Amino acid sequence: MFDTNNPLLIAGAQFLGIFLAFNAVLVLTAYLSLVERRVLAVMQGRLGPNRVGWFGLLQPLADGIKFIFKEDIAPDKATKFIYILAPFIAIISALMTLIVYPFGPVVTLPFSETFFGAPVTFPMTVARMDVALLYVLAVTSVGVYAIALAGWSSNSKYSLMGGLRSAAQMISYELSLGLSLIGVILMSGTLDLFSIAEQQGGWFGMKWNIFFQPLGFFVYLISAIAETNRVPFDLPEAETELVAGFHTEYSAMKFALFFIAEYVNMTTVSMLAATLFLGGFQGPFVAEFPILGPFYFVAKVFFFLFLYIWLRGTLPRFRFDQLMNFGWKFLLPVALLNIILTATIAVFFYSR
Amino acid sequence: MIIADLFQTLIWIVLAGLAIGSGVAMVVQRNPLYAAISLIGVFISFAGFYLLLGAPFIAAVQVIVYAGAIMVLVVFVIMLLNVEEEVRKPLRLKFLIPAAIFGAAILFAQAAFIIYSVGASPVRVPNADAANSQIGLTKSIGTGLFTDYLLPFEITSILILMAIVGAITLARRPTVLLLVEEDYDGKKHVERRTLKIDNI
Repeated sequence: MFDTNNPLLIAGAQFLGIFLAFNAVLVLTAYLSLVERRVLAVMQGRLGPNRVGWFGLLQPLADGIKFIFKEDIAPDKATKFIYILAPFIAIISALMTLIVYPFGPVVTLPFSETFFGAPVTFPMTVARMDVALLYVLAVTSVGVYAIALAGWSSNSKYSLMGGLRSAAQMISYELSLGLSLIGVILMSGTLDLFSIAEQQGGWFGMKWNIFFQPLGFFVYLISAIAETNRVPFDLPEAETELVAGFHTEYSAMKFALFFIAEYVNMTTVSMLAATLFLGGFQGPFVAEFPILGPFYFVAKVFFFLFLYIWLRGTLPRFRFDQLMNFGWKFLLPVALLNIILTATIAVFFYSR
Repeated sequence: MIIADLFQTLIWIVLAGLAIGSGVAMVVQRNPLYAAISLIGVFISFAGFYLLLGAPFIAAVQVIVYAGAIMVLVVFVIMLLNVEEEVRKPLRLKFLIPAAIFGAAILFAQAAFIIYSVGASPVRVPNADAANSQIGLTKSIGTGLFTDYLLPFEITSILILMAIVGAITLARRPTVLLLVEEDYDGKKHVERRTLKIDNI
């Protein structure tokens, strides 16, 4: 009836997958902002936004409408082209990594035997790449430009300071972030995120990499928070010193794009942490019921997102010199130590 | 698959236009930051070419190293120094214009010769099946680097190490201070003090 190997059909399915993943994550980020405000309010003994809709559930919609209808002001002396380009780089580089994350195990399409003649099985990811992990690092490394260029092109002192700070911070922490992943790569022997998630299926679905790579996980978590410019590493937008940092001069939808990009980055970084260290979609009974996989994955991602909000409610901000010292003199050596330890143990005990 | 080939050609045309356009823009732009951004555009479209040729590893590394690391530092320096736009000055070295035209002609002739000889040669390279090729994958590149090409790989890493050592030496160059004091009977006492970056 249908040739399921038809490249156009596969491309169409992938397009559908990209569409679903993008929209799911954008809705998730919209509600993440609401969750953050409500949870922070609970932690600080306040109520938080609870007026729009039931328990404030329509608040993200109201915020979106407000962002669209606000006046879009650009500074007179701004470098216009780069000023407009920067938010687009931010949102594109944030969303582009979504396609490689494994949302679930290999599943069989229900009723596919009656429609296609043979059962159609596919992994629950948009694109299985040989270099998925490198792809993620490459795309996120382009995201630095958004902040640096936004800070420079606004032609404002606060923006420039924020942009410079964040460029320095992101370059420094990208290093330890990349190095912390090498332990996992050494263990699994592949860069394909789907294979890495699949390999953690032993021990009743609990053979997660975090039990073998606690140091790597620790370094990754800290550098990931620094990479997404969140508390306690939110120096680029330290409101007590820099007004709003690199996006001081942005208004309306352009500001919203930066805002969405930050939350999408938080989500994707959490997805990477869940995939690499917490087994991705693996968990008890996934081998028997593959449909449980996406639920485990989403639960793990939500755990990391809650951790972000929790930290924001708990920790004060770093000072800039403390930040640089911490990154270069503590995290980087620890990440290197992790690589040496993993490589030494792998030589003696692994026969891959 | 004719339609799939058509799509591939379409993507190739878009990437080629982007590469050439950003390359020209990089040379023509007078604002250094615009030039840097155009160069990033060139790097990213090259990564696209590598993907089309079935070399995803090279594509990813191209973006990580060039677009993600080197150009970030360039942009960083431009932002820090706040480099002004170049002012158009009257030409000084007039003989460079015919020389440039001559060089461009030679370059075009070479390109035409290569295209001609590839088209005319009887040995046809089988159409690279990008989806099923094993050559560009991480595993084959790693195996190649650590077996057949181990010596060039190690020599390159030693070169990079030398560059790093050189950079550190330049950055930490000690400043020698000569402190000269004169006694009441005219005798000079000279003291040498070395200042290092981290002592200041």
